[in-house]
Amino acid sequence: MRVALFVTCLVDMMRPSIGFATIRLLEAAGCEVVVPETQTCCGQPAFNSGDRASAALLAKKVVAEFEGYDYVVAPSGSCADQIRNEYPGLLSDEPDWHRRAVALSPRVYELTDFLANVARLEILPGDFRGSVTYHDSCAGLRSLGIRRQPRDLLARMPGVELREMPGAEECCGFGGTFSVKFGEISAAIAEKKCANAATTGADAIVGGDLGCLLNIEGKLRRMGDETTRVLHVAEILAGDE
Amino acid sequence: MQIRSMFFKANASAALANPVLQGNMRTSKGKFVDKRRTAITDFEQEGGDFEASRDAAAALRNLVLKDLDLWLEKFETVATARGATVLWAKDGEEICRHVVDIGRRHSVKKAVKSKSMLSEEAGLNQALEASGIAPVETDLGEYILQINNNEPPSHIIAPVLHKGLDEVADLFEKVHKTPRKTEIPELTREAREVLRSHFLDADMGISGGNFLVAETGSVALVTNEGNGRMVTTLPRVHVVVTGIEKVIPTLEDLSLLLRVLIRSATGQTISNYVSLLTGVKQPDEHDGPEHLYFILVDNGRADLVASEFQDMLRCIRCGACMNHCPVYQAIGGHAYGWVYPGPMGSVLTPLYMGLDKAIDLPQAATLCNQCGVVCPVKIPLPELLRKLREKQVEKNLRPLMERLALKGWAWVASKPKLYALGTWFGVRYLNWLAGGKDRIHVLGVAPEWTLGRDFPAPEGKTFRELYAASKR
Ligand code: SF4
Repeated sequence: MRVALFVTCLVDMMRPSIGFATIRLLEAAGCEVVVPETQTCCGQPAFNSGDRASAALLAKKVVAEFEGYDYVVAPSGSCADQIRNEYPGLLSDEPDWHRRAVALSPRVYELTDFLANVARLEILPGDFRGSVTYHDSCAGLRSLGIRRQPRDLLARMPGVELREMPGAEECCGFGGTFSVKFGEISAAIAEKKCANAATTGADAIVGGDLGCLLNIEGKLRRMGDETTRVLHVAEILAGDE
Repeated sequence: MQIRSMFFKANASAALANPVLQGNMRTSKGKFVDKRRTAITDFEQEGGDFEASRDAAAALRNLVLKDLDLWLEKFETVATARGATVLWAKDGEEICRHVVDIGRRHSVKKAVKSKSMLSEEAGLNQALEASGIAPVETDLGEYILQINNNEPPSHIIAPVLHKGLDEVADLFEKVHKTPRKTEIPELTREAREVLRSHFLDADMGISGGNFLVAETGSVALVTNEGNGRMVTTLPRVHVVVTGIEKVIPTLEDLSLLLRVLIRSATGQTISNYVSLLTGVKQPDEHDGPEHLYFILVDNGRADLVASEFQDMLRCIRCGACMNHCPVYQAIGGHAYGWVYPGPMGSVLTPLYMGLDKAIDLPQAATLCNQCGVVCPVKIPLPELLRKLREKQVEKNLRPLMERLALKGWAWVASKPKLYALGTWFGVRYLNWLAGGKDRIHVLGVAPEWTLGRDFPAPEGKTFRELYAASKR
């Protein structure tokens, strides 16, 4: 099956290794991975800030670039949710685009959801050793139902010990543009997330959305925690190259 | 009530630095969230299906809103036949005018009140005082706020959530001129003693209304302190002030809504008191008011009917959305600056008071949807907040720089070559800022980010570059 990777703009800029880890996982699952060259951003910043026109512009671009593949996989719950669940409504005024967005929608997956439920990857290439605690990102959890998938995958890795934190399903305070409009409130929410994670004593905080991870890592370091690692689930599952 | 939502950011900062508030938020969150969860688990263990109840409750509220005028007419007809007078109020001012008129007509000197958010919308206490009628709040929380200079509530069902015990103890000592008490039961007893005489000599009782039942012309009140019963039965005159959206068709519907409301609000299976009040005192009855008035209030509600924001009118004021909101939990209710805080307040305040009066509120949410998944009537709160953001953009109410930044980003992202160039530079700029470290302490392009946390440095090259290189 031909799978198109939607890298996401954050991974493109901030942590390309998550993109490569995603490719390794998809290939380990037997997929032919294609990375459409012209891809950029799914348009969430504009969509969530009320700039519908800009969001629609980018939505059409993504639909056109990605509709030709069997599946589209993103290492992000919020970007996958945007394409899968928001594009059809966003393009509802333009019947042709709406139809194309609807046709693309069910083929768009968040990475762990795809690995666990579609590709059914049994043996994971990663060799991480240590304890981890999993932060459920909001869009993935509440809009795509991603909860068991990453945990089931992590459970297949003999070196990984999963320790659940209290309030794992609570928002970390990132919220996209919220984090730069209301920095103080955002950081205060992140502080609670870090405190919850710290109660587990885990070596690493792991999640499926880079925005949340940057928020959590930034708060941890500012609080003086230099040792807890903050990793994308793809990095753990795929291991080093 | 005066709107102060324009000071949201400053007030939120102050709230974050207030240790009493922060402590109270921590304990209350545990209580509300855990109790709700337990109540729902119990309900399901007894064979109930809470999800199905939420669906049914949402459907019922939609059904009413579709023909709101007809249900209100029906309520008016039946309530009038039972001896009540139904009055309509366009806004807060008209609420005050009606209540003052009623007071004058019946020579009222003192009015006891049970909790009513509409009374907050209208600033009713101040209006009553100005016309020589003494209002006395009898809900313990509201009473504390009243004797503290009519301070506004910070939560729709727990109005003094923000207050520390010490503060209340000081306040009682000062106002009641009694020796200082420090235990909650003692303070409660003291308030009861003070309030008892007020109940006995008040000529008018003013209450809110959780629901108006059209088939019987009744008002349903959900309370935990029992003060609502006294307010509505002891005085000669009873005035119910509530929103026009509170009407429901039948008693059967009431039982459905109580099932989801109370579990979502306090996590009880049923509140200590549920009163159903119908008509005036009959010749063979011993208690109840001789005169019963309903003041049914619009104050912005009618405009929402059949609009893209109609879903908001389903709200049954349980408070679950704020109890589960990370932003409300961080800053409490006062920062929101008007009667209703949290997610529901961030939708209602701009709609009722004007989009331009509450610019920050629709933006002050992470859109995490912790509210939407607990709302007993399934209001899609994040979606409504996002729609309000769209309205702000349409009306050019957002700062120019923000609009340019978003448009600019979308424009660049729509041109892959330009985007590649922009991100190439962007990543190198961030790396330069990090100066060889793994983090940035002060981020000039987004200064808010680094107020309270660092910004992790990028790895160094874009995925696009590295991937192209690997293919070569
Ligand atoms: S919006 Fe929903 S959760 Fe919030 S108070 Fe209203 S009914 Fe309760």
